[in-house]
Amino acid sequence: MKSRDAILARVRTALGHALTPEVNPPDANHAPPDPPAARLRIPEMGMEARISTFMASLEKLAATARRAASPAEAGDIVRQLVENRRAVASNAPYLEVCGVTRFPGVRSGVGGRVELRQLCASADVGITSADYALADTGTLVLLSGPHEARMISLLPPAHIAVLPCERLLSGLDELFAVLPDPAALTSSMVLITGPSRTADIEQTLVRGVHGPGQVTVVLVG
Amino acid sequence: MSLEFDRKIEQTLADSRLQQAIYSATGRFKQARLNVIAPDVLPDYQELRAQANRLKQYTLDHLDHYLEQFERNVEAHGGHVIFAQDGTEVADFVLSVAKARGARLIVKSKSMTTEEIDLNERLEHHGLEAVETDFGEYILQLAHERPYHIVAPALHKTRYDVAEILNQRLQVPHETVIEKQAAIARAALREKFLAADIGISGANFLVADSGAVVVVENEGNARLTTSAPNIHVAIAGIEKLIPRAQDLAIFLKLLARSATGQPLTVYTSFLAGPRREGEVDGPGEFYVVLLDNGRTKLLADQEKRQSLYCIRCGACLNTCPVYRKIGGHSFPWIYSGPIGAILTPQFLGREKEPSLPFASSLCGACAEVCPVKIDIPKLLLQLRAEVRESPRGASGSRWEKLAFRIFAWLMCHPRAYEMAGRIAASLAGSENGSWLRSLPWFLNRGPLRAWLSRRDLPPPPPRSFRQLWRQR
Repeated sequence: MKSRDAILARVRTALGHALTPEVNPPDANHAPPDPPAARLRIPEMGMEARISTFMASLEKLAATARRAASPAEAGDIVRQLVENRRAVASNAPYLEVCGVTRFPGVRSGVGGRVELRQLCASADVGITSADYALADTGTLVLLSGPHEARMISLLPPAHIAVLPCERLLSGLDELFAVLPDPAALTSSMVLITGPSRTADIEQTLVRGVHGPGQVTVVLVG
Repeated sequence: MSLEFDRKIEQTLADSRLQQAIYSATGRFKQARLNVIAPDVLPDYQELRAQANRLKQYTLDHLDHYLEQFERNVEAHGGHVIFAQDGTEVADFVLSVAKARGARLIVKSKSMTTEEIDLNERLEHHGLEAVETDFGEYILQLAHERPYHIVAPALHKTRYDVAEILNQRLQVPHETVIEKQAAIARAALREKFLAADIGISGANFLVADSGAVVVVENEGNARLTTSAPNIHVAIAGIEKLIPRAQDLAIFLKLLARSATGQPLTVYTSFLAGPRREGEVDGPGEFYVVLLDNGRTKLLADQEKRQSLYCIRCGACLNTCPVYRKIGGHSFPWIYSGPIGAILTPQFLGREKEPSLPFASSLCGACAEVCPVKIDIPKLLLQLRAEVRESPRGASGSRWEKLAFRIFAWLMCHPRAYEMAGRIAASLAGSENGSWLRSLPWFLNRGPLRAWLSRRDLPPPPPRSFRQLWRQR
């Protein structure tokens, strides 16, 4: 507490706000005027435009974009992708809708933190849905919760995400308009934009350095 | 100029391989940035910069309020906020957590703030193992070197250097294919991630209204650091605050574009507290250490306060003609380039390297690319004035002062100036700028020789402007 009070006192002195913390206790601290208005510009974008922009962005990132007409067709695509591979699927209800969780070789419904981590560390593929996706950058947005865990999209060398196209947003502005307070819903929101990469040595691009080197998105609808 | 600064610059300039590496890496970053901020790609780029600048100014002007709001919200989500005045207090906190939990192994994701306080050395001194997990940082840690560039820490290393380092430190076969080197690092670090007790990250932003830490990265090591171990400690300077989650829509659009020319980095993690009821994984304990380490000193100066706007994108390094020649390790501290030239004297004192604010041509390229619009050239001028006004700065260079007195006198006496110009024109034999080094012996001695040996000047034209004017 000593350092806390010392730092806050120094900040107040530096800003000319107050003399000491005693004279100006934290809760009586004069609230500042509102910050400059949040700047969210959401473009007009029809569904087809969102889909084509999203697919093009994914291709540019060297991710694979697939489109399915129905959940069943999406399931078929995933079935082919995970054939003869060990896969871990999240508890997302949409994966169940697509039938993914029932495929042989796909583990799902894991509830323990340590068990899930070990499974993911030895799996070939992690399968998730996504809460949102951003068309203009090809980004998947995953909120941690009972339906999605963090390790599934992170530890296996390949990541497959299956989502209905209704979850496509135009970009960051729309995301933060729809979700002004992500912390109210989850302890972890992650934005995934393409496969893991590094260019640390001689600016040579290497994919899959820690996270998945392959990302496949199956968009339904 | 200190001997150390001088020696490192000489070394860098003489190393043609290194010159090529710096020039090509910064050149790529420069071009990549230009591609993604082009008007047809991001028409509101300038507006975003202006808004980012306003938000940073506003948040710092009310920093006490936002620090407390952030603290309340972190605690509301079950996390804890620790204020630390310096590196010792940060290390003491991490050590106390490690001791209480019996932790020995720490994984770290890239953080300039922890470099600033030499955290790894402090922790290792107390018997803890702290492993850097960013590929470039990992290589540097194995080689016992500090980052060369804010964004590309191992910019100066070739694949052959990396092969040597991995071979010697990990006892793996000599491997010169970069992809395979990355795979070696991945495998070695994977074990560490799964065994580590504590993960230490930095923070790109601290979101006051959410109590959230935001970390951006491309590799996935920061995600692993912040979610695999049961304890996550984020360490960040107090200036990293922004008011709202919604403000990320501005800052995220600017940060990766300015840094590497990506519209967004591969991973952006928004982390608010330990795992909650129903969440399967994530850390069980969540701490945010807010570090002062001199920042309140910068905050007190109304003009220089803007140094704290910096979001560590490195764009000013990539565009700086001085950085692109002398590189990152010539600079006396971990922050290099134009931003380093204004941060170092303010954090470590002007005496650390008095000539640092002078190592700039004031061309203004840094201010032009800065996504939060820090007026770096203006601050450099202010710091130069401070160095000159300090007792050591004033007494340091009698000869230079004399030379500038003569120059000032010439500038005030048109006839004498014209005469000097004619003399100079008659002495300038060659076509290029190096004629200053071949002046007659009486102008090429002692301190004047030393001064001239480092300077180029285009030769004066055969006919001066005054002559042309008279004959028009």
